[in-house]
Amino acid sequence: MTTLDTRLRDLRTRRKALVPYFIGGLTADWTTYVSASILAGADVIEVGVPFSDPMMDGPVIQAGALRALSNNVTLESICHDLSVAAFEVPIVVMTYYNVLHHFGLERSAELLAQSGVAGVIVPDLAIEESTPWHDVATAADVATVLMVAPSSPAERVQRIGELSQGFVYAAARMAVTGRAADVGDASRVVQAVRATCDTPTYVGIGITTADHAREAATLSDGVIVGSALVQRILDGASAQELEGAISTFRRALDGASSEA
Amino acid sequence: MGPPDAGGHFGSFGGRFVPEALMPACLELDAAFRDAWADPDFVAEYHRTLREFGGRPTPVTYLGRLSERLGLSVYAKREDLAHTGSHKINNVVGQALLTKRMGKTRVIAETGAGQHGVATATAAARLGLACSVYMGEVDTVRQALNVFRMELLGATVVPVTSGSRTLKDAVNEALREWVTCVADTHYCIGSVMGPHPFPWMVREFQSVIGVEAANQLRDFGVTTPDFVVACVGGGSNAAGVFAGFADSSAQLIGVEAAGGSAVGLGVPGVLHGMRSLLLQDDHGQIEEAYSISAGLDYPGIGPEHAYLADQGRARYVAVGDDVVIEALQVLSELEGIIPALETAHAVAWLLRAAGDEIPAGSTVLLNLSGRGDKDVAQVRSILRGES
Repeated sequence: MTTLDTRLRDLRTRRKALVPYFIGGLTADWTTYVSASILAGADVIEVGVPFSDPMMDGPVIQAGALRALSNNVTLESICHDLSVAAFEVPIVVMTYYNVLHHFGLERSAELLAQSGVAGVIVPDLAIEESTPWHDVATAADVATVLMVAPSSPAERVQRIGELSQGFVYAAARMAVTGRAADVGDASRVVQAVRATCDTPTYVGIGITTADHAREAATLSDGVIVGSALVQRILDGASAQELEGAISTFRRALDGASSEA
Repeated sequence: MGPPDAGGHFGSFGGRFVPEALMPACLELDAAFRDAWADPDFVAEYHRTLREFGGRPTPVTYLGRLSERLGLSVYAKREDLAHTGSHKINNVVGQALLTKRMGKTRVIAETGAGQHGVATATAAARLGLACSVYMGEVDTVRQALNVFRMELLGATVVPVTSGSRTLKDAVNEALREWVTCVADTHYCIGSVMGPHPFPWMVREFQSVIGVEAANQLRDFGVTTPDFVVACVGGGSNAAGVFAGFADSSAQLIGVEAAGGSAVGLGVPGVLHGMRSLLLQDDHGQIEEAYSISAGLDYPGIGPEHAYLADQGRARYVAVGDDVVIEALQVLSELEGIIPALETAHAVAWLLRAAGDEIPAGSTVLLNLSGRGDKDVAQVRSILRGES
């Protein structure tokens, strides 16, 4: 078990996980937004390392990624920022495989681990191709979080459940990030995951309001909120305003009763 | 050129690097293609459609005046005479028939210059499938007539405003769209790229070029040409013609655009579902390709080409924009064939290499992948010094 597995299983005994997503380097002071969200009750932080061709992301995160890239943001610069910030909550990096592949798998895993990163989400790394990364990441105690989609048949859900570390990312719908606005197929996907493994299961993709978050958290162990927050930052929200938004999600989650 | 391994790998290239949401569709497509391609009825329908609708077989033409000029024997496989003006029809007919066989009712496609979009819209109309084509906004302006052609054919053209607004972004957007509609929609990829089984499947659908050409050359008394030459963007026409000669002693030459030379300038990476050679910066961000020809404006190359280059079975060379227009003029004036700008890259390499890398007296098969009608306005502007 990775450290992230241990921490998130412990978290599950206390409350529903709130996982906001931030694009690393979107603004020069991007880590102050992360700090604000932790103050407001975020449990895990997902940090996007931008890629030029984000296949799984909708217009909001695409725009954010391009802006960050125009600021010359790199895997190394984001890891540097994370090292300096030394956040107390677990950090999970989301990026596309080419970024890790180009930097070198072993080198990437070591850099992430040294920067205090507990896990990664690599949406274009299918389980069939994931072994080389999985091996070096596990050796560095960096968890690899895998996604289950509404289209995943039972045998794939089982395999993903066995392989995913930290948590299982349950995609609420067949869509890229930021486009949908309800909890979609979350119930069915979460149930499919729970039938095969005991790993905490968080719902993402399409969670834009506190109501969605409450509903999704009732079904699962936590929620991931991405585009809705990135949009606020792109629109010029201050760290304080973001703290307010995260607090709203926190209250919604704390009010969610679990069916599990 | 054999099949890839079960995971779609050609050596260390290829594979399937897609979001989990698309994996079931890739697996379904792999199974459906294997089943169809082994079914004599499907194969017969594919060939019948290409014969009755697609204009196959395309002829091989001996290019007498060019041969005399270059001191070579040059034969051209005339994909420019296929329906819609290029080899693209071979692939889309295969994929459209497969779409129907899978019980899906709609196809989506990416397009750069519009050739593949027009071909997909054509096959979709013929087979009664709905069709949406993703095209970079920049390209919809550069190729406005092709947008109109697709609309005439009943397709919807979706301008892509993300990223660089060109071909690579059209692929990204088509993949994103496919995630949302994969249950009833097939993504008809236009080249030997993308996740497995696309690179292999598209090569198989295009291999009709090489198989036909090998037979036709025998009628000219040519058992094996010394060189087989084709332009390469993603590499579908090259893969198709190479497939007929991979087991022979012919030297296989792929001609890339200098500004999009994935073999010459790229390094291994992962994009659009495949591991291949890609143009990228020091941090693994994909760089844009630049070419006079929109069809070669792609920062990668099909994974099987990366493998053939790695194995030394095929050689990849590059020519710059500067010599392409001249090549187009030479072929037009000497042979009465206006080639597509993409194809003119292969002609340009012939002009440069004749008597040097291609020894005098050699026999050459040139894959004349497309006709230049779509490019004449652009060529006129360039020759008049307007652009």
